[in-house]
Amino acid sequence: MQIIENSTVYDAIIVGSGAGGGMATKVLADAGLKVAVVEAGPFFDPADPEQKTQLRWPYESERRGAGTRYRPFGDYDAAYGGWDIEGEPYTHVEGTKFNWFRSHMLGGRTNHWGRISLRFGPKDFKGKDRDGYGDNWPIGYDDVKPYYDKVDKLIGVFGTNEGLPNDPDGFFLPPPKPRLHELFYINGAKKSGVPVYPSRMSMLTKRINKDRGVCFYCGQCGRACQVYADFSAGTCLIFPAQKSRGQVDLFVNSVVREVTTDEEGKATGVSYISKDDRKEYKLKGKTVILAASACSSARILMNSKSKQHPNGLGNSSDVVGKYLHDSTGADRAAFIPDLMNRKVSYNEDGVGGMHIYSPWWGDNSKLDFPRGYHLEIWGGMGMPSYGTGFNVNDFNKFFGTKAGGYGDILRSDLKKYYGAVVGISARGESIARKDNYCEIDPNVVDEWGIPVLRFNYKWSDLERNQAKHAHDTFEEILTNMGGELMGDKPGKDRDYGLHTPGAIIHEVGTTRMGDDSKTSVTNKYQQLHDVDNVFIVDAGVFTSQADKNCTWTILALSWRASDYIVEQLKKQNI
Amino acid sequence: MDRRKSLKAIALGSVATGLAAHGCKPGEEKPEIVDVKTHEPVKWRTDYENKILTEIKEGENFFNEHQRETMVVLCDLILPPSEEFKGASDADVVSFIDFMARDTESEKMQTDLKGGLMWLDHKCNTENGVVFKSATESQQKTILDEIAYYDPKVPENERPFEVNFFSMVRNMTMSGFYTTKIGIEELGYKGNMPNVWDGVPQDVLDQHGVAYDPEWIAKCVDQSKRNIAAEWDENGNLLT
Repeated sequence: MQIIENSTVYDAIIVGSGAGGGMATKVLADAGLKVAVVEAGPFFDPADPEQKTQLRWPYESERRGAGTRYRPFGDYDAAYGGWDIEGEPYTHVEGTKFNWFRSHMLGGRTNHWGRISLRFGPKDFKGKDRDGYGDNWPIGYDDVKPYYDKVDKLIGVFGTNEGLPNDPDGFFLPPPKPRLHELFYINGAKKSGVPVYPSRMSMLTKRINKDRGVCFYCGQCGRACQVYADFSAGTCLIFPAQKSRGQVDLFVNSVVREVTTDEEGKATGVSYISKDDRKEYKLKGKTVILAASACSSARILMNSKSKQHPNGLGNSSDVVGKYLHDSTGADRAAFIPDLMNRKVSYNEDGVGGMHIYSPWWGDNSKLDFPRGYHLEIWGGMGMPSYGTGFNVNDFNKFFGTKAGGYGDILRSDLKKYYGAVVGISARGESIARKDNYCEIDPNVVDEWGIPVLRFNYKWSDLERNQAKHAHDTFEEILTNMGGELMGDKPGKDRDYGLHTPGAIIHEVGTTRMGDDSKTSVTNKYQQLHDVDNVFIVDAGVFTSQADKNCTWTILALSWRASDYIVEQLKKQNI
Repeated sequence: MDRRKSLKAIALGSVATGLAAHGCKPGEEKPEIVDVKTHEPVKWRTDYENKILTEIKEGENFFNEHQRETMVVLCDLILPPSEEFKGASDADVVSFIDFMARDTESEKMQTDLKGGLMWLDHKCNTENGVVFKSATESQQKTILDEIAYYDPKVPENERPFEVNFFSMVRNMTMSGFYTTKIGIEELGYKGNMPNVWDGVPQDVLDQHGVAYDPEWIAKCVDQSKRNIAAEWDENGNLLT
């Protein structure tokens, strides 16, 4: 079977349609360029009444919204994939663990993400200067600020300008009012001196343009919004790009195997496998922009071996795949007796996720770990789903009454405790280390015949200490709220409740940027040191993650890199 | 357990039995298929998910007739129908549990369900000389009174099997019921429809002894202006 070649020569081939790929598509198409977007999964549009999951009732799902191996966040979650995709395995170096979440569909993981849209602050770009750990980015906040500003205005994010030193102000839409359980949290956090602010999330609480609707407060952003009132890369970047003056050819169900190169070692395009007919195809482009996600882009590079690039493309430094790091994560919940016997007279769905949050407040000079974490708050009278009514009256134990039983008492117990649980999650910064990495496993291929990734990842005591601190914080705040803590406080034997690497789905760093081509993969414009017509616009380029979610920075950096690509193409430098 | 292998075995098994029962030989008329179970693929699921659902739905039920009848009785004791409330069987909770037993790929759940139902019949036979479903409600409740309560301080894996079995059925009945239309109506959940969130009603704030901070509220969205396009000054102050 021959490889089928497309005769079109694109200005750019963009691999992946999530935050980074979506933004590159938009910027390049707006500049009038001809781009191919190659996406491993199917087309997805949440405005399609049959394809959308938003506003579906639990009984429209046979499993009432329960998660499965192939839809781990629940049956209606808008991420096709998960930690375990049939036919597309990954492996581990013995004794290490990394959970790799992939979403193969137009828009990628942006369809279901939490929309927590935090800018990195000045300190976040200069980790080494801050405490000696890791490395500084080759750029600083001032380089990225203009792009954060543009992203705020283009995509829309609610929040408030608070003048905080490492949580910069922006161009915010007004935030929604707190819900009942969030008022309890505000009071509880204040008692402990933990600051609380309106959260910063990319849902449109106010109109920004004619193409996108305004939030109608169903709380289901994880299912992707049919009126495009939340940020998903497909609806907010790819679709507008298709209407712009450039040409956007969308190749879905197309799994990129490698970047192809010529005798000089320059990229000529990509080869991909169509999931529809299982045949291999080739596309030609003047530039290749990888945005397949940190680990997938690293995998493509490492699989792109040639005479000129024997260690994989852009990997003369042997740094591709290294410095992989995910956010730290820990969570705890409590039963709040003062939230019992709630009136169900009103709809409190709100926006999906939290209306308030706590950015990092600590002074690391007095702590046994560097960097920080922010706190996310959850609770409320949510829509019933699989799991509703489980251990319905367990909390009777706090009142000395019997747990369990049968009959109508279960109905009144369910209503008594409905909406009385509040949880807190910490999401923090880990340190990027060379010895946490992904590499090609020479012994395993996926069903498309592409060698798979093998992970080697271990937390250090720095992350464990951070999780321990987070659990102390949870306990203090939840107790301030009058709460009865649920579950046990995890001790040293359980890494103080620190989640498995990868679980927070903020993996970054595998193709990090830097000024030195021996210790980094791309330059500060996200251009491979080794090959000047290949760029990376996903989170692989992060020199370090912050105690923030990575999407807003992916978007800002992708815009910045895309401006550079447009300029270089116009100057015919690449 | 490999789901696909097991389902394939079940499917093949049922076809073979069907042919045997109808005595169908090559060349003869096809036996009439009664009660065809199919899954209509839906676009909001992936092809792979639709495939799995087809396999499950076209496979055999988890409960046999006796088990199903026993489950209906048991689930209605957990959430009984009355003049005031709908019961578990009104929401067809047992079909939901039957589906989940096959969907979750959990051998433990399947074994516990089968074993628990056997335990119930054995217990009822020993004490009353009839299987559980045929006992009087009073006899049934006497048995439930022994297994329906648990000590939350004792870890789950240290509780008696029959107590955990009943807890599982109670959990599945509660979830199965309160995720249906009638269950959601009874609970009174008001969401899952377009609306405009403008804060917690005053009577609810009062009931729970909390209040909004006026300074905080001043920063929040003015819902009367939600449709006016956002504009800012150069410092990020919202002008509209």
